[in-house]
Amino acid sequence: MNQFSYVRVTSKESAIAAMAKEKTAMFLAGGTNLVDLMKSGVTSPERLVDINNVPLATIEETKTGLRIGALAKNTAVAENALVIRHFPLLSQALKAGASPQLRNMATVGGNMMQRTRCHYFYDSALPCNKRNPGSGCGAIGGFNRMHAIFGASDKCIAVHPSDMCVALTALDAVITVAGPKGERKIPFGDFHRLPGDTPEQDNNLQRGELIIAVDIPFNQLSAHTHYLKVRDRASYAFALVSVGAAMQIKGGNIADVRLAMGGVAHKPWRLKEAEAWLKGKPATEENFRKAAGMAMTNAKSQGGNEFKLTLAPNTIVEALKTAAGQV
Amino acid sequence: MDDQLKNGEHTGTSRRSFLKKSSLITALALTPDTVIKAAEKGIDEQIASAIETMPLNVTINGVKQSVRIEPRVTLLDLLRERLHLTGTKKGCDHGQCGACTVHVDGQRVNSCLTLALTTEGRNVTTIEGLADGDNLHPMQEAFLEHDGFQCGYCTPGQIMSAVCCIREGHANTPEEVREYMSGNICRCGAYSNIVDAIMDVKQGGKKV
Repeated sequence: MNQFSYVRVTSKESAIAAMAKEKTAMFLAGGTNLVDLMKSGVTSPERLVDINNVPLATIEETKTGLRIGALAKNTAVAENALVIRHFPLLSQALKAGASPQLRNMATVGGNMMQRTRCHYFYDSALPCNKRNPGSGCGAIGGFNRMHAIFGASDKCIAVHPSDMCVALTALDAVITVAGPKGERKIPFGDFHRLPGDTPEQDNNLQRGELIIAVDIPFNQLSAHTHYLKVRDRASYAFALVSVGAAMQIKGGNIADVRLAMGGVAHKPWRLKEAEAWLKGKPATEENFRKAAGMAMTNAKSQGGNEFKLTLAPNTIVEALKTAAGQV
Repeated sequence: MDDQLKNGEHTGTSRRSFLKKSSLITALALTPDTVIKAAEKGIDEQIASAIETMPLNVTINGVKQSVRIEPRVTLLDLLRERLHLTGTKKGCDHGQCGACTVHVDGQRVNSCLTLALTTEGRNVTTIEGLADGDNLHPMQEAFLEHDGFQCGYCTPGQIMSAVCCIREGHANTPEEVREYMSGNICRCGAYSNIVDAIMDVKQGGKKV
């Protein structure tokens, strides 16, 4: 690991100020991804601003929903009684991710900021436009079994690895960030980016900004939720495809529904067309299958990940069936 | 890290004096960007302070430790290389195998991904701190009883993780144990015996 200087801060103001002093400084929270990236030589900050002692770990009920502090640990969120009651999908998604040890370390803000696990990104001997812009994409035409079927570009076909973010996308969460110019809010779906011509930018957070909290508005979807993650082993692996599904069912009909996928794109992939089509229709497997087909309209194989074109719609159907209590 | 420092001491050249005396060309070849930029500005003192050690006060197995370490030292390397607590194992060093599992303030974590400086003021427990004198911890006894290992390399991490698995309330069924022990890999494949050991401790009702 390259050498770096280290500073410990105890308030968000001092965190933001400390960040402004050094161009390549980075915030250190749980470190589960950042420290690993530093060991691999993918990321080499000259200064780490340790924000673990900044009081931003509260989970509280507001008038309109739940507010989760950016430094709340993944375990704390997954096991929080308010989260389980109001947003079971979030708890399910968090528990599907990583290992108990990593969930004890990882924070909500850090989870949003985690980077792709694309092998070409991690291996500094290989070309990667995300790690080294202009060097090319080794995954295109290479080993791309884990890669994107939606929204990829000719510069990058990597996927975002988070489970938590799939749930937060489905739940219409809103992120609050603070920077030298004050606070601003970012709807969750607008936080992560598609790769386009600048895959080095994972998200729309500006340099020097700190994630403060995420707000999830109350909904009527908690009775029928399921996070289905398909992976190479039963636990502790990144998703090949995952689906977060949440429904409100009245008299057998779908009154409201949210659908998002993981492991298929550079950002958590919300299925709004399929949602709109399902609304008002009977909660039947036939309708779930039609909606899944609709969701796959723009899917594109990279070769090694062709199986996802079949796996993804099947996962959508299974997640909806389980959420509806039909399995 | 320690080896480099020791080597520096052996040759009579400390890192600080090396940096102060070396020419810019040498610095360019051997030192990171921060140092190069600072050296170009001729501010040697700032170079030295940027890469030198920082104080850390942490309680490990009930003993207060005060050390000076570089910011890049992980908790795992502090334990093994500096404090010679080699019970905690380095497996993958990337948070994928769980061999390095220790408790920080009672929570199981991967010490390989924990920068030691982030444990300032905290309580760390390693496998060496689990037994009560000569009396093994019930989980250690159970691993012996059930042959919960073959080569033994993953065992300290498995045991530290297993203790928390029960404390967290995630050891109610063998299926739950398998899920909540998924962060600890055993290449020998002692999984079934590990699950038996944990279920035995859980059902025995002894305080863990």
